[in-house]
Amino acid sequence: GGAYWVDSQQKRYVPVKGDHVIGIVTAKAGDVFRLDVGGSEPASLSYLAFEGATKRNRPNVQVGDLIYGQFVVANKDMEPEMVCIDSSGKSSGMGIIGQDGFLFKVSLGLIRKLLAPKCEIIQELSQLYPFELVIGMNGRIWVKAKTVQQTLIIVNILEACEYMTAEQRKQALAKLSGN
Amino acid sequence: SLSPGDTSVLAGLYGPAEAKISKELPDRAALEVLLRPKVGLPGVLERSREQLLRQTCEAVVLGVLHPRTTISLVLQVLSDAGSLLSCCLNAACMALLDTGLPLATLFCGVTCALQPDGTILLDPTARQEQEARAILTFAIASSERKVLMATTKGSCSVEEMQQCLAAAQRAANTIFQFYRDSVRRRYSK
Repeated sequence: GGAYWVDSQQKRYVPVKGDHVIGIVTAKAGDVFRLDVGGSEPASLSYLAFEGATKRNRPNVQVGDLIYGQFVVANKDMEPEMVCIDSSGKSSGMGIIGQDGFLFKVSLGLIRKLLAPKCEIIQELSQLYPFELVIGMNGRIWVKAKTVQQTLIIVNILEACEYMTAEQRKQALAKLSGN
Repeated sequence: SLSPGDTSVLAGLYGPAEAKISKELPDRAALEVLLRPKVGLPGVLERSREQLLRQTCEAVVLGVLHPRTTISLVLQVLSDAGSLLSCCLNAACMALLDTGLPLATLFCGVTCALQPDGTILLDPTARQEQEARAILTFAIASSERKVLMATTKGSCSVEEMQQCLAAAQRAANTIFQFYRDSVRRRYSK
């Protein structure tokens, strides 16, 4: 028993049902937001798909905001649809991502490495500075640390992790925490 | 970018991306190829080469997995010292490999020049191309070395074409080994 699948290194994201991604709001069309998720077409997100949202109590979403959500509909024939609540109606970490912070793009292979159960990269980084991290399966990562400089250092290390071996990474982090 | 000898082509592949309504196909991806020459504007020769490349790529890319999208391949000729079309074919295949698009098979391009005395030259230089009686370019698939595309400039007999095809299929092995080595080098970190 068991399922096998082959993952290959890509930079272009293709929406898959159940994936958690970071989307950028590009338009508000009536009751639905259009989000850019890096795929071949924009995804749609209904304003009712947030925790505690009703017709009277609309979420405060503006064009240009970042949203962390998951796909409920994502196949090759239809426009992808996202929601920010899970099956029980709770938000469980999804929704509008707060102010400040920095959004950048990496390859899908690195995302899968970071989301693997025992990822040393994130543990080592958290010993360096405290920071908030949101990882989207579409190749986008959002980071926020206390100062702009710390944020940028974390961004550079994550981007470089693509090509660094474990020893090189430990050396780089040791040099930084020595400063 | 790919260069056998001094011919060099830079390939960029974008997709699957949002397609213009006029270009989108309801059941498969629309593939477009743009070939830019080193100097001057693209002319009729570039257009015919673009169509050959497009048809070869369409036979190989599994477009049904990405309907209503566009896959754009842009090729820029950096230098031309002969065998340009097969260089473009190889660059296109490596770009498809690098992007990670789903493919049915890999392909490579091989050019044969048939000289006036009947000898076959593989990957001719520009000088050899001019002196040749006929120039044949084949796109060979990696599964069972089948022929995806064949184009001829000049005249040759059917037996000569078969001989050129056999030589091209043998040469294809070297090119596929090169693909494997490049990919291995790229991802072995």
